[in-house]
Amino acid sequence: MSDVVIQVRDLGKKYRLGGQKRLDQTLPEAISEKFKGMLNWSGRSGWRIEKDQGNEFWALRHVNFDVRHGEAVGIIGRNGAGKSTLLKILSQITDPTEGHAVVDGRVASLLEVGTGFHPELTGRENVYLNGSILGMTRREIKTKFDEIVDFSGVERFLDTPIKRYSSGMIMRLAFSVAAHLEPEILVIDEVLAVGDAAFQKKCLGKMDEVAKQGRTVLFVSHNMSAVNRLCQRGILLVDGQVAAAGEIEEVTSRYYHDVNQGAQTPQIDLRECRSRHGDGELEVLSVELLNPYANNFAVSWDQPIRLKARIRVNKPVRDVTFAVGCRTLDYVTVFNVYSNNIHHTNRVDLSEPGERDVVVSIDHNLNAGFYNVVLGISSGQRVCYHNEMAAQLEVLDIGEQEYHDKRRGLIHCASQWSI
Amino acid sequence: MSTSSSIGRVLPVGSSPPKAVSGSGIVLRPRLGLRASELTKLWRYRELLFFLALRDVKVRYKQTALGALWAVLQPFVMMIVLSTFFGRVIDINMEDKTSGIPYPIFLYAGLLPWMFFSATVTASTNSLVANANMLRKVYFPRLVVPVASAGAPLMDYAVSFAVMLGLMGWYHVVPTVQLLWLPLFVFVTIVAAMGVGIGLSGLTVSFRDFRYVVPFTLQVWFFVTPVIWPVTIVAEKYHWLLRLNPMGGTIEAIRACVLGTPIDWGAMGLSTGIAVLTLVMGLAYFNYAERRFADVV
Repeated sequence: MSDVVIQVRDLGKKYRLGGQKRLDQTLPEAISEKFKGMLNWSGRSGWRIEKDQGNEFWALRHVNFDVRHGEAVGIIGRNGAGKSTLLKILSQITDPTEGHAVVDGRVASLLEVGTGFHPELTGRENVYLNGSILGMTRREIKTKFDEIVDFSGVERFLDTPIKRYSSGMIMRLAFSVAAHLEPEILVIDEVLAVGDAAFQKKCLGKMDEVAKQGRTVLFVSHNMSAVNRLCQRGILLVDGQVAAAGEIEEVTSRYYHDVNQGAQTPQIDLRECRSRHGDGELEVLSVELLNPYANNFAVSWDQPIRLKARIRVNKPVRDVTFAVGCRTLDYVTVFNVYSNNIHHTNRVDLSEPGERDVVVSIDHNLNAGFYNVVLGISSGQRVCYHNEMAAQLEVLDIGEQEYHDKRRGLIHCASQWSI
Repeated sequence: MSTSSSIGRVLPVGSSPPKAVSGSGIVLRPRLGLRASELTKLWRYRELLFFLALRDVKVRYKQTALGALWAVLQPFVMMIVLSTFFGRVIDINMEDKTSGIPYPIFLYAGLLPWMFFSATVTASTNSLVANANMLRKVYFPRLVVPVASAGAPLMDYAVSFAVMLGLMGWYHVVPTVQLLWLPLFVFVTIVAAMGVGIGLSGLTVSFRDFRYVVPFTLQVWFFVTPVIWPVTIVAEKYHWLLRLNPMGGTIEAIRACVLGTPIDWGAMGLSTGIAVLTLVMGLAYFNYAERRFADVV
């Protein structure tokens, strides 16, 4: 028996662009369009079948790889590179368009924590329902029930409908059901890594445990330090194709240096940004990271964050305060910095309409990870401009100094010890 | 590593499956044509089927003051309204035409299976769209979803059947051994409802039009099915036409077995045949459409 448990050969998945529009059409429209598309009269050759081309999109194409039993493989790539599509095919949610994959063993994917939870049902009922959706048998759920409940810590509320639970409790219950699956192959999407810090830690802890038990793990993440720590091998997807595969360190460094170059610029245009709001008197046109790593919106962990915002003054505004905030991806505020102090002694008036630059350098002690950059401009109590997600900043574990990768938590602190 | 006990395993698909790694793996490749393996998978996922049906039953009358009483109340009120109008105004002389069965009980015996059928068709038509979240995120045979939606209407039928027995006592209609046929006829009703519902659930994924087409069609269907009227008011030579309706012979047979009147086996047989045919066609379409559910829903 070979120890290859996942074999992917020439796998491809095609989507139709503009699919949304097509789905909204009514039946007669669809039928007439189908006929129009199929049969086109062309004078010389008569009726011919015309193929719908040009609005197709290959989310995955010519993907080949093998995964051996007991390996933890990280699948990395930018958004839209096809990672989720690949996981969906491997967990049988969607069919490939071409090629094939052979998967030997029961697959459970932790991309679906809490799928099928019904708000009206009690915690107990939801454990059974969710377990059976994830492919557990009733007997399996019964034997593990106490364990699941223990792990979740909601035993007191087991017979309460989960619509009365806090979202954290629902998450914990959902995760404990998923964590007690015993698949031969575990597929984990980064979607899992939402929730509070304790929950994330629990997820990563579970990952460690599973990897140590010698089960096969596929892990999709943007968190390179987690991927580096947990996986031995990596697969890098770029535009639906395998750009690199091999030792995890090689693949992640390739991801940094090669693939991302020029793809995400350190300068971000905010004119059409959806997350902005304000009274329109001031507008932030763009934000730029002045000390980017590898020409990306990323900074080394031991470097300050130096930002330049291009702003346009539409109307004169007095007593302006600029603010930059830093949030984790689950919206925990790590810090906010302001251009003015609490007594407003450092007063700035913008009396001239026009464009100007605002530059700020922030000494931070963030640990490696992804953060949302928040931009705000206010005048007194009035919010002139606010953008909750102006940019996503990655703090890299690469720098002039060596990064302590066992460090946990959002920030690092200098410390003096006497022992 | 053996996977023989795992329920997630799928048989190789297509004419020549690529060589499996160890001969027992799941082969994932573009799907073409029909597969009989769908029904086997449905059986393997029977526990999920059970839990989904149970969920619908439990959720159905949650946070209602009357609870399961609604299951009784709806057909009962309908029976009173319809028997007032059709029993008196149109004056169908029931005494002559259905061997002495009072009209209210004649009506109620047909109304219950009809409401079961119509609720099941409606629920299964909408089922895939209603459970879109599950379709997009987890693998399981999609057929489980429309099939499980028969659970809650079946429960309603069972509850309101208690009232049926009460009515029979009230009108002194004594149940006969024929009542033992009921489970079989109810099963045929499920087959007919699934035949319509499974295909429509797949169509609704792509064309939400069917959400509006179905309730309307069911209303028309209600009047062409012998629910509120006895077949005897139709000329004998057109009876075959009534039985091409999968619910035609079935409603008659259910009524006959409950009220102890003679069962028309020819009519029942024809309707059953049509129901099975519909189911096969529904399954065929579902099979064909299934592969793109997750992408489209």
